[in-house]
Amino acid sequence: MSTGRLFRTTAFRLAAVYGALFALAVVALFAFLYWRTLTLIDAETDAAIASEISGLAEQYRQRGLVGLMRIVTERSAAQPEASLGGANIYLLTRPDGAVLAGNLKRWPAAAQPTPAGFVFNLAAAEEGAQGNARARAFALEGGFRLLVGRDLRQREKLRAVVAESLALGLAATVALGLLAAMLVGRKLLQRVEAINAIGQRIVRGELKQRVALGGAGDEFDRLAENLNAMLDQIERLMTGMREVTDNIAHDLRGPLTRMKARLELALLPNSDPAQHRAAMESAIAETDRLLATFNALLSIAEAESGALHQSMRPVELGPLAADVAELYAPALEEKGLTLATEIAGCPPVLGSRQLLFQAVANLLENAMKYTPKSGRVTIATRSAENGSGPRGAALSVTDTGPGIPAELRGRVLERYVRLDQARSTPGSGLGLSLVAAVAKLHGARLELSDNNPGLAVTLTFPPRVEAPPQPQAAAS
Amino acid sequence: MRILIIEDDNETADYLAKGLKETGYTVDRAADGREGLFLATSETYDAMIVDRMLPGMDGLAIVQSLRAQGKLTPVLILSALGQVDDRVRGLQAGGDDYLTKPYAFSELLARVQALLRRQKPGAADTTLKVGELELDLLARTARRAGKPIDLLPREFRLLEFLMRHAGQVVTRTMLLERVWDYHFDPQTNVIDVHVSRLRQKIDKGFASAMLHTVRGAGYRLGVEPA
Repeated sequence: MSTGRLFRTTAFRLAAVYGALFALAVVALFAFLYWRTLTLIDAETDAAIASEISGLAEQYRQRGLVGLMRIVTERSAAQPEASLGGANIYLLTRPDGAVLAGNLKRWPAAAQPTPAGFVFNLAAAEEGAQGNARARAFALEGGFRLLVGRDLRQREKLRAVVAESLALGLAATVALGLLAAMLVGRKLLQRVEAINAIGQRIVRGELKQRVALGGAGDEFDRLAENLNAMLDQIERLMTGMREVTDNIAHDLRGPLTRMKARLELALLPNSDPAQHRAAMESAIAETDRLLATFNALLSIAEAESGALHQSMRPVELGPLAADVAELYAPALEEKGLTLATEIAGCPPVLGSRQLLFQAVANLLENAMKYTPKSGRVTIATRSAENGSGPRGAALSVTDTGPGIPAELRGRVLERYVRLDQARSTPGSGLGLSLVAAVAKLHGARLELSDNNPGLAVTLTFPPRVEAPPQPQAAAS
Repeated sequence: MRILIIEDDNETADYLAKGLKETGYTVDRAADGREGLFLATSETYDAMIVDRMLPGMDGLAIVQSLRAQGKLTPVLILSALGQVDDRVRGLQAGGDDYLTKPYAFSELLARVQALLRRQKPGAADTTLKVGELELDLLARTARRAGKPIDLLPREFRLLEFLMRHAGQVVTRTMLLERVWDYHFDPQTNVIDVHVSRLRQKIDKGFASAMLHTVRGAGYRLGVEPA
């Protein structure tokens, strides 16, 4: 996985956008903190200066100029070097500007006013000094002036430290954000890549591959589950298609070979017109059988593909069963079988009338084929019990023939499976698999059971939950 | 009777045209959709056979545009698509009948003849008469030479269909579709049994048979034998 690819992932981009937004918020927060800190320091400085001035003013009132001079000298002595950061600054001047006491060399010339006083550059009051001081002036009687201030270099240092920390913090935040974006992106990319890799292997033909689940039950697991379900369905369809192809090949090769042989025989020099005719007739009969097999396979494929869901309509099973019975009754009678109908009312099922008819007809034809003379075939419909819930519908065809042993009942639903006993009777071996495909298409349960004696085949349709679809407008 | 064949496969078209000409029809051919639609709109035909998949223009589109122009020429749609949905779509587009490839020529001919017959007025008949055979559609009774015949409801519908197509061959598939209203492939001779029961009722005890089996094709109801 290349880094360039990582930067192009959605996860990385999302994380980067979130990181940028977060960094912006952090910048705003830090700026606010910085501003508040400086304001607070300034306010505290001003408050300290104010209280010192009011203290000195009190001294001046009680002890006069001399007392004030002494205190200023004392306090200045405690702060010998005004050039050191954080020091208190005092200056007492005469009306002519001469310094009486204090630790400044002269009254600062240029100053910027602040709400509570002014800020001046120490260089303006003392050569070689650097940095700013925050101060307040107080006028005494007779033109004497008092200046009390604080050296701001400490504050500058603090400001620098705060600014530096904030910048470092911001850099760390951005770096962490980017790292997180890369990690999240890489993690997501790994899972997506895993799915992609499986997809590519499947495209190459390894149909058995499945996407591994992370086990966390997260959205990727759900995606993987759905993909796996989809792959299962694709595999089933592919297998079904391969089976159909194999079976068609198997089923067509025999008759085609026979047909070819007969036609070639008819072309031999010494054959006569009667032989030609016989060969052609047998070729046509063989073609008809091939087409019947072909159509049965196509019907199964059609039912299995589920493409018919769109055109399903409510179908009444009772009348349908009666129609099948009516169509087959004479044929069964001819074979010496009794056909009984037990049609009880049942809710309509959503389905394809034609395919359901074909399925029931197949069941009846099977019963007819395998039930010995003077047997009885019954076709019945009833509503299927479903506790207190909505009722489904059930349709069954039972006979008194040899039945199917329990262990073979699953197999007969497969294509082309014909039990040994059935080899001697004509048939394609596709009848029941069509029934199974139609049952699946309709969501119905297909059950083979014992009729003691004979076979009972029951199709149980689920209750119809959704509203029947509106008839579609003519295709335009 | 003039029939238009719109079919792009030359061999199939040859085979259809030859068969129809031998039966006594005049046949025109078009090998693609546009030419077919042009002929269908500019000439008058008694019936058309239209392949569903054509170069230039889809067979269904031809039928739709014909119907949109008010032309009611009966159309038989030929298609390799035999699924239920395709059938329904073909008929919804305005086709009168639908035949899936491959088909037997006898089946196609029977259907074309049924289409040609359907055009003739007389749908409001209350009685049908073929030779000695009489069918009262209101009273739902049948007689042959004045002698009443007892028919089950389905046998009545079967006989009615055969009489409406008297003299023509009707195939087993046509009977399943028109009399039973189901389109499917029975593996057994169910239809034959029904027809032979009907034959018992209308021909037994009479000198001449009216319900004939046409080998390899189907059945034909008529006075004269095939």
